[in-house]
Amino acid sequence: MNVQFADFLQKLDWSPLFISLKTGLAATVICFFLGILVAGWIMARRKGTRAVIDSLLTLPLVIPPTASGFFLLLLFSKRRPLGMFLYDYFDIKIVQSWAGCVIAAVVIAFPLMYRNARAAFEQVDIDLIYAGRTLGLSDWKIFWRVVFPAARPGIISGTVLTFARAMGEYGATSMLAGNIPGKTGTISQRIAMVIQNGDYLTAGFWVIVVMLIALVILMAINLFAGNTDKTAQRW
Amino acid sequence: MSLTISASYKAGDFALDINLQTEAKRIGILGASGAGKSITLKLIAGILRPDEGRICIDDRALYDSERRIDLKPQKRRVGYLFQNYALFPAMTIAENIGIGMSCSGTEKAVIIADLIRQFKLEGLEKHYPRQLSGGQQQRVALARILASEPDVILLDEPFSALDIHLRDQMNRELLTTLEAFPGHVIMVSHSRDEIYRFSDEAVIIDQGRIIDRGPKKEVFAHPSCVRAAALTGCKNFSRVRRLDDHTFEATDWAVRIHTVQVLPEKLVFIGYRAHEFEPVWGERQENCIPFILSRRDELPFETNYYICPSGKETSPYSIAAWFAQRHQWAELEAKGLPDYLKIREEELLFFVT
Repeated sequence: MNVQFADFLQKLDWSPLFISLKTGLAATVICFFLGILVAGWIMARRKGTRAVIDSLLTLPLVIPPTASGFFLLLLFSKRRPLGMFLYDYFDIKIVQSWAGCVIAAVVIAFPLMYRNARAAFEQVDIDLIYAGRTLGLSDWKIFWRVVFPAARPGIISGTVLTFARAMGEYGATSMLAGNIPGKTGTISQRIAMVIQNGDYLTAGFWVIVVMLIALVILMAINLFAGNTDKTAQRW
Repeated sequence: MSLTISASYKAGDFALDINLQTEAKRIGILGASGAGKSITLKLIAGILRPDEGRICIDDRALYDSERRIDLKPQKRRVGYLFQNYALFPAMTIAENIGIGMSCSGTEKAVIIADLIRQFKLEGLEKHYPRQLSGGQQQRVALARILASEPDVILLDEPFSALDIHLRDQMNRELLTTLEAFPGHVIMVSHSRDEIYRFSDEAVIIDQGRIIDRGPKKEVFAHPSCVRAAALTGCKNFSRVRRLDDHTFEATDWAVRIHTVQVLPEKLVFIGYRAHEFEPVWGERQENCIPFILSRRDELPFETNYYICPSGKETSPYSIAAWFAQRHQWAELEAKGLPDYLKIREEELLFFVT
């Protein structure tokens, strides 16, 4: 058994792990800044505008990822204006490429970052912002020195959830980036592929890997962003 | 030094319309919750924008709807002490104090050190706000405001978040600290004691309007209307039927009162403060109210009697309050409940239409 398993590990194609990690990290970095900026920006908008834009940005969280993938494909296909433009002028190919993996992950995971950041900002005592203004601080300084640190726990948990979601993305990724081994073949796509071939051993191995990663992430949230008040016990 | 606030502001059902021009340096705004006290301060600070009006410090306009001036809060040089102090949680005490200062380097460090000493915060420089007591937090907030060198300081219910036994102490501390501050200071509070202790000029607001204002002693001694009197702590009011120049009937108390002074022509209401009644035993004297006791509450330094004037037992408006002070206790103990409560003419508050 041990010999068999060592043999399995040796023959295993490890590329899905690295592709997933790379995609997850890249998408998280993009979502982090984009989510915070959009959350900060949208809070300064009027109620009507806010409702419309918030709904559009949250949509990828609730519609099937394959539906998001459909729209992405329409947008970035080389036969469409944007895709054509990117390919002709910048030689950038989104469909069937690693960039496609990242874009799909960003679109699907972005609502998690944006919503968590916004909720965290909205919980910050508004008097802190007023106090900053009466003390002469610029809005920029108030945002980065006062609001952002006060919202940090919410932002950390948003970031971690974003990473977890981006790493596990399947539906939109398979449509936009496809499943090219060694290039766009993420762990979730690999699992689906080997199952179709009846290879339960490889599928099971990757399932265990993603579960371990997810477990580590969730424990990290609980440890770092948890309530620091030891006396508060609601139930 | 003068301060002009003339502003109207509407939010939902609430409408505020304030007109105030004053030279006084310490201004106390007294009002019940929801009267518009905090809104008034927020209009001055630029946190809220009036619908129209004019807000000026001396000749400097902070807001003027006609001249289209609306300075940002950052440019108004108005310090605001928030009810919960609004210290920045992620900054140390020293950073909190220094954040609004315009100078830098050693000059800044020296000023911060001075303020730390002045506000008795030594040793807490590197602490975070949540590690401090309420009183210490308030001192930090005040130091932070003074460090930003404002022209005017606004105090929004400054003692409401403090324990009762700390309030007196902080109240005295605040007065001492602000003694050296040359500009206007406006305090809003629902506590008449805090306003009386703090202010030169008292302003009473109710439902978004100024109903009385003037030197504090004047306002507390002769409130302009029933509502203002109630906010200054007067408990007892009665409708009045004026019989002649020296006699009226207090209809809610079913008594006739004779006065030496000539009564105002259009007298409709009288007020009487609860601790000014004089207990009378035995023979009924002039201006005495016979009563039935409905409730008695004991407090550490006074006893509160709630009474129904005889003949008015069924009227819900006719409960009157008598707060007997401690020096009267021995006599009350010895003689029991008095037979009458006597009204002293010089303590009567008169209200005309």
